Amino acid sequence: MTDTITASSGSHAEVEPGHPPTATGLTNEKVGMWAFLASECLLFGALISTYLLFKGQSKPGTIRPKDVFDIPYTSVSSFVLLMSSLTMVLALAAIQRGDHRRTRIWILTTALLGASFVAGQCYEFTTFVRAGMNLRVNLFGSSFFVLTGFHGAHVTIGVLMLLSLYSMSLKGKLPESKAETVELVGLYWHFVDIVWIVIFTVVYLIP
Amino acid sequence: MSDHGTATDPAPGPVVNPTPAEGGAHAGHPSELEYIKVAALLALITGAEVAIYYVKSLKSILVPTLILFSAVKFSVVVLWFMHLRFDSRLFRRLFVTGVCLALFVFTIVLTTFHVWTR
Repeated sequence: MTDTITASSGSHAEVEPGHPPTATGLTNEKVGMWAFLASECLLFGALISTYLLFKGQSKPGTIRPKDVFDIPYTSVSSFVLLMSSLTMVLALAAIQRGDHRRTRIWILTTALLGASFVAGQCYEFTTFVRAGMNLRVNLFGSSFFVLTGFHGAHVTIGVLMLLSLYSMSLKGKLPESKAETVELVGLYWHFVDIVWIVIFTVVYLIP
Repeated sequence: MSDHGTATDPAPGPVVNPTPAEGGAHAGHPSELEYIKVAALLALITGAEVAIYYVKSLKSILVPTLILFSAVKFSVVVLWFMHLRFDSRLFRRLFVTGVCLALFVFTIVLTTFHVWTR
């Protein structure tokens, strides 16, 4: 498949500056990212459905969600991840206007907020395991750890991508013309955030 | 698969001239102040979600309210932070297809297993 529209005359197209010469006028990377995020909806849909399917189906006498969940603690984690979405768009806005110093500050802040979320999740998992909940104890434990573990892995990958962006920016390899790279990482980051919005409601808040 | 042609090296073919509403360009993206206002709204809704969780008199409407709040937060992030409100309609269609497909498939799965009625 070619990215360009081939005219029978073979003459060169007039492409607006700043627009990629693709048939849609959109970059393949951005279309690819949106298609990837659409497919991720199915992955997390499957994991959330599995959790809902197994909710309340655990062996009697084994650990239940309300025995272990600490809503105030998880609310703070959710707030941290939500605010990381704000710092991510501020990083994008900064690079789009060519302010590299602020771009680096906001990217690093986003990575730190993401790392705080992952650290919080590790602490939460440790607390749960100490309370007797693990992957094998019952259906609730299995589906909970698989769902939140997959999400945590996504956040970790996002943090690594952000740190790569930060490193590229420090080396001067992230000019204004590469603002779309920041936008693509941002799209992934916001997606991870919206998945957590759903998980926080479905898993933690809905009794 | 060929991947020739860059913005500086126009490829053969007709004029490709999408408007900002159809994609490309950052025109129409919100200002930083607007992003901060959106984030404040999201924080407010999160606070309301947690508050309503502890109000015993609202137990009967807890689930629909939480789902509504969650849907609002989801939409706000997607429309403003992910720029679907301002970007190409193609992105909107791609993402909405994924979300709708997931909702459709997993609603059928959960209904098949009588999750709603147990």
